Parts: sequence; C-alpha cells; structure tokens
Amino acid sequence: MSIKKLDGKVPAGPIKTKWDQYKFDMKLVNPANKRKFKVIVLGTGLAGASASATLAELGYHVDAFCIQDSARRAHSIAAQGGVNAAKAYPNDGDSIWRLFYDTVKGGDYRAREANVYRLAQVSNNIIDQCAAQGVPFAREYGGTLSNRSFGGAQVSRTFYARGQTGQQLLLGAYSAMMKEVNKGKITVHTRSEMVELVMVNGKARGVITRNIITGAFEKHAADAVLLCTGGYGNVYFLSTNAMTSNSSAAWKCYKKGAYFANPCYTQIHPTCIPVHGEGQSKLTLMSESLRNDGRVWVPKEKGDSRKPADIPDEERDYYLETKYPSFGNLVPRDVASRNAKLVVDEKRGVGATSVAVYLDFRDAIKRDGKDLIKEKYGNLFDMYNRITDADPYSEPMMIYPAVHYTMGGIWVDYNLQTSVKGLFALGEANFSDHGANRLGASALMQGLADGYFVVPYTLGNYLVTEKPEQENVTADNKEFDEALSSAKAHFDKLMSIGGNRSVDSFHKELGLLMWEYVGMGRNEAGLKKGIEEIKKLRVEFWKNVKVTGTIEGINVELEKANRVADFLELGELMARDALERVESCGGHFREESQTEENEAKRDDDNFAHVAAWEYAGENNDPIRNIEELTFENVALTQRSYK
Amino acid sequence: MSNANNMSLKLKVWRQNDEKSKGKMVDYSLDDVSPDSSFLEMIDQLNEKLIDKGDEPIAFDHDCREGICGMCSMMINGQAHGPEAETTTCQLHMRKFKDGDTIAIEPFRAKAFPVHKDLMVDRSSFDAIIQAGGYVNVNTGNAQDANAILIPKVDADLAMDAAACIGCGACVASCKNASAMLFVSAKVSQLALLPQGKIEREQRVLDMVDKMDSLGFGNCTNEAECEASCPKAISISNIARLNREFLSAAVKSRS
Repeated sequence: MSIKKLDGKVPAGPIKTKWDQYKFDMKLVNPANKRKFKVIVLGTGLAGASASATLAELGYHVDAFCIQDSARRAHSIAAQGGVNAAKAYPNDGDSIWRLFYDTVKGGDYRAREANVYRLAQVSNNIIDQCAAQGVPFAREYGGTLSNRSFGGAQVSRTFYARGQTGQQLLLGAYSAMMKEVNKGKITVHTRSEMVELVMVNGKARGVITRNIITGAFEKHAADAVLLCTGGYGNVYFLSTNAMTSNSSAAWKCYKKGAYFANPCYTQIHPTCIPVHGEGQSKLTLMSESLRNDGRVWVPKEKGDSRKPADIPDEERDYYLETKYPSFGNLVPRDVASRNAKLVVDEKRGVGATSVAVYLDFRDAIKRDGKDLIKEKYGNLFDMYNRITDADPYSEPMMIYPAVHYTMGGIWVDYNLQTSVKGLFALGEANFSDHGANRLGASALMQGLADGYFVVPYTLGNYLVTEKPEQENVTADNKEFDEALSSAKAHFDKLMSIGGNRSVDSFHKELGLLMWEYVGMGRNEAGLKKGIEEIKKLRVEFWKNVKVTGTIEGINVELEKANRVADFLELGELMARDALERVESCGGHFREESQTEENEAKRDDDNFAHVAAWEYAGENNDPIRNIEELTFENVALTQRSYK
Repeated sequence: MSNANNMSLKLKVWRQNDEKSKGKMVDYSLDDVSPDSSFLEMIDQLNEKLIDKGDEPIAFDHDCREGICGMCSMMINGQAHGPEAETTTCQLHMRKFKDGDTIAIEPFRAKAFPVHKDLMVDRSSFDAIIQAGGYVNVNTGNAQDANAILIPKVDADLAMDAAACIGCGACVASCKNASAMLFVSAKVSQLALLPQGKIEREQRVLDMVDKMDSLGFGNCTNEAECEASCPKAISISNIARLNREFLSAAVKSRS
C-alpha cells in the first residue's frame, strides 16, 4: 500500500466566512425525517453529552453509552481551570481572531487552521448556552460574568465556576441529556463498554458493547456512530486521567479503518503532585496558576538531602529564572516540564523519591503576606496539604510533571468524520484543534464546540447524502453476529491465558517504558529501544497475564485486561509516530531537533503535516498517511521565551 | 515502598457476589501500607495480593480519584467516605489511620441503592430523579447573550454552593431513613436561586419529589447526618429551601 495524502475537506472561501457558508451549503434533514435516524454516542463527557442532547433535541434517536454508573461522571468533570471564549467582555482587546491566532500558535502550527477558526467562532455560543442551562459561572457584583487570564494568555477570556468548571459544564450537558431521556429521545446505557465497531457495506453501522454488570455482549445498530471517548493518557499508567479512561473504543475503530493521527502528541503538565511510591494509582494536577507566585528550584549540588529551609539562597538553583530571564517561572507547560526532568536526571531532584522539584512560596509570602497568598491559592494549598500532609505556607511544595492530555487522536475531516464513513470523532478523542500542544482552558471549549455546534450540522449532511437508512441494516444483520463473536473470542482469550502476572503489573511496566522512551524527551535510539521493549512486553502479556474471575458478571480484571491489551499496541504506535517525526513541536520534543538554547525546533519544510496512521493488519507495519497543513492566516514563527 | 512508617492493618470487608446472593464480612490482613497511600490505593494493594493468590479482587467503584466524579463510595468504620470531614474516600489517606488498626469496609446501604457486587452499589435512582426535572428546558441554540441574564453575585454563589453536589449518595447512606432530600434539595436550590430556573420551578420540585418518593427513599427527620457526611459540604439549609419550594408549589397546584 502506498502513502495517501488525505483531504481534510476544508470548504473554500475566506476563513472568516467558511463555516457560515458551509452551514448554508450543507443539506438538511427534513424535521419529520429526523426521527427515522438513530445515532450511537460513545462516551458522555462534554463532547458526548452535548452531542447526545443536541441531536435528540433536533429529533434524532440517540443511544448513549458510558462506563461509569451515571453519565454525569465522565472525566470532563475533573477539569478545574475554565473554558475559553472570545466574548471580550473585559474590553481587553480579545476577539475571535485573537483566540484563533493564539490557539494555532500555541499548538505550534500543527493544527488545521479552518477547524481552529470555527472553534473560536462558536466559543461564544458555548458560554451563552451554558449560562442558559443554569451553569453557575463566577460573577461580578454587578451580576455580569467574571473572566480571568489563564495559562499565560494576555487577555482574560476564561470563564469559570470556582475550581470546578468541568464539573459544572458537564452537569449542564448531562442535565440537557436527562431532559431528552425524559422525553424518550435518548436511551442511556450506563456501565457499558464498547468492544467492537460494526461495519456494514463499508459504513459504521453499530457497535458491540459489553455490559459491565452482567458481562453480556450486546448488539446495537444505528445510522451513525459518534466516538466521544476522550484521550489515551492512561497508556502511561500514571496520569491525571481517571482510572477507567482508556483508548479501547478508539483503538477498535482504528483497527476497522479509522486513521489514528499524531499519536505522539501528548501534553505533560508541569505542576502535579509527585509520585509517593509504588502503590501510586494516579496523579493529581495542581493548577498552573501557582507558577504566578511560586519559584521553582532545586539544590545546586547533586544529592543534597538537607531540608529546603537549610539550603541557603546561593546554593539553590532557580533554573527557570536563570535560563529564561524574561518568562522565568511562567514559561509554557512543555518548557517547564522538560526542565524539571533535566534537573531530576542530573540527580538534583528533591523529596523522598528524588523525583520532584520545589515550588517555593517563601518569597511571595514575605512580599505579599500570608493572607493574600491564602486568598489566592488557599484551596490549592489545602488540597496539597490533604494529599501530602505537608504545609506549603511553611515549606516549599514539591511538584513534578505528569501526563495530562493527548492532542493526538482519531483523524477527522472538517466535518469531524473519520476515515470510516458514518464514524465521527469528537472532543479529546479526535486530533484536530490543538495541534501539537493544547492551551489551558481550551479542552472544555473544544468538547462542547464539537458536540453542541459542529456535529449536529455535519451529521445531518452525512445522513442526507449517504442515506444509510435505505440499506435496511438492523442488529440482526450477520455483520453484527460476526462482530459479537470476534469480540467475545477476544475476551475468552484473555480469560484463558491463566498466567502469573496481574494486569496492573503489565500496565505499570508499560507506563514506565512509555515515560522513559516516549515521555518528555525523545530520541531515535530510545524510541527504537522503546518499540522493542513494548513488543516484548506485549508478547509476555498474551502468555502470562492472569485474569481472575469469570467472563460473566462483574469482572474488573477482565475489563482492565482488555484495555491494557490495547494500550500495549497503541504505545508502540505512539513510539513509531515519535520516531518518524524527526522534529520537535509542542509536546513532542525530539532531542535531535533543538535550538542552541535547547528549545524545541520545528522543521516546517518536512513536517508541516498531520501523520495519520492506517492499520494494515496484525502482522504488518501500519501505514503513515499524511495531511498537508497550510497556513494562510497565521505566519509560521519559532516560539521563544527567553 | 517499604518503609519504617508503613502500617499493618486488619480489614473487614463486605463480600457479596451479586445482587441476589447473600453477602458477609470477610477478614483480611494487610502489611506494608504506606501512610501516603490513599484509601483506594490501600485496597488496590490488597487486591494485588488477592490476585496473587488467585482470589477475586474486591469490586469497588472509583474513577477520577481526585474527589470530583462522585463514583467512589464505601462506609468506612460506619461512616460514609470515612472519618475525615468534607473528603471523598479517594481523597482519604492512610495516615489518618494507625498501625494495627482494624477497619470495617461496607457498601453504601439503602433500599434504593441495591448492591451490585462487594462494595459496588446501583445509584441509578439518582439519575431517575434528575430525569424527572433537574434541568432547565432550553435547547441548544436558544440562548441569548450570557450577560443579558444578570445574576446577583450572592445568588450565583449560593447556587454554586448547591451545584457542587457530586451525586455520590453519601447523604442517603448516612441517613437513618435513607432519605435523598439533600441530593434533591441541592439541585432544586441551584435552579430555584437562578433566574434561568424560575419558570419551571414549581413543576420541577413537584416532579422531583414525587420521583424521589416513588423510588423508595425515606423521609427527612432533620438529623443532619447527610450534611455531616457530605464530601462537598452541601448545607441542609438547602433542604429548608426545598421544603419551602415544595409547599409553595403544592399550594399553588391545588388552586
């Protein structure tokens, strides 16, 4: 097979009017006909819940699926900071154009311009919609909405609901869903996991799910399938993702022909609470606003085990301030993370594990007083204290980077349709809008944009154009039985291995390999080694994994085994993608491609494209297709934070 | 990591195979528990030990492990989410216990929360209550400019206090009547305090209370156990507001 050049199907015309014109050009489904269509939505996070609600309001029948016991618990709920929009309420010069520009630049010029512009355009509708639903956004005394600056943005465009913005936006979308459940337009299948995509006549026509409570495999047919299952950060085992966040639904789609784009683009967030030991199960993010007042440092001497208070100033290395005098502690996420790893690799890390750096508020407290610091960061300090039992008012916090978000995902065109007809991908599950690096408060915006304001239009156009309803496909078609048998065989195989190692032990080992070789800094030798090690581990998994219990009923180990089996394949693809992309960009840092000052150096001549990987069968290497990226509205420049 | 501060614990855990079978408390001992582990990481450690022996691990609900998804539950020594105030089980750390402690771990118990397995319970009745009216009937695309709805900061803050409910069910599990009044009142309050919710406020409270009653939750007798156990500190003043809203709506609906 040869390399394909993919068409993102971006409509013609000036960027500012593309989406409006395209909305007019797309075909509409007659209101009376919408009830004849059924749509499957996988996942009920911001993307899935907003799409389910909106499609049901339009008249479609929706079957929504989630792993948790309620649609309200998807991991979007954990987002703290806020949601961006170009409302420009603070009168500080923000605009749709500026949000668009910042997002393309922040993504290190690896996103599709037209998608990003559309995202910036609909951002304002999101705020209006959420406010109308009763989302309790923060407000000023005059009753208007409050905004703050977030993640180094030079304008205040972030709307928030205390430190629980994700929760409140998700509860808004969930409540909109539940209103449609009450009208009979949505059926929610909780505690259900998608285990296979069903293709009929070259189109996605349904899924096989496994009921987590009964263990039963179920067939579900529809006219289209929406993949809204989030990112794949848990391939690293330790991440800020929820425990059940996984890549399996996306991976099953990949194996049925959906291309996986830019899997090496992962975001590693600099301010997380460090690992406490082997029993650690997940990592907790601390808001990066802490870097506004905290100073990052490590001892100058290797292996200095004195208490931080005993280390005098001249023996401390405030490495970000020294290296980046103009940005100091406020350098972007990727730069801050990479530098933390550098000092830890030099054996200058701190704390019981030596895998942490200090974030010190001593000088801020001296300057502003404890009360002001408490007012600004009190809840974060309390959270830190609860988890670590240390008091950040009297001793420095310890932080270390952790995997937080994955910019890569299933390749989609401008319609959010994947390379499989009838299969759409929304939110973090797709690859499109954040390029190689996501800006703070943009994830919530993208999930809701896709679900509330993009897919409801583009899906209609698909249904009218392709007319899937005329093919008379039901769950009784043989393709459904075949898919069910193959899914069940996969689970039977996992049950039958009877090895000696727990699922988690494989997952943890994979996580360490990924962190070591496909983590913050990547190089050719390491990636090649990583690929070999992952392959070896995968072989061992299929010989030696131990899954207790039975295939019927609740079996958490079996669920995990299915997910880890997929992570073991995805991890290799991530390493391959990182190996082929011989440039640094955003969250992907190839050590061979850096400036003289050790900064990420892009190679626009050779890599201003999306890598979209195509599955080629179990024993063949996947094919790296590309989509060329053109930048007509934002000029390509090298980022610099000196 | 093995460490001198690590603890040895005696655990009494509820094991129940499925909804129909009878459950019982089973004793386990666990050594080398790091005080820095979360409570759920301690159970992970026990589960790894069980898997090693070829036994089935303990099934329990959990997901975000940062105190916001509302998935984790558990009665720990008789208290929903354990001994620490305003803390979910996933955010409870083992340093709150002592070496040699005996810890009893049971599922949330209520007629409306049947046990699925071990410590996992079925809380779908909460979804059913929200489905009955816990929303504003506004379709996507209907919204006016967000700043066209002005809301006094004090009302917005009170609404946010109520909206912070994570739907975990600790209130039900702690209540001797297994009442869901705190959960219902949090949603009713949030929407009654905001202008967006005012149009449907009467029908909403009638429908949600009606649904709550039909699902087998008990009545509120003002013991305030719910408030004491709530990991998000939802105030029982919301229950007072719910009662006012209900009374007002009930009177009007009869006339």
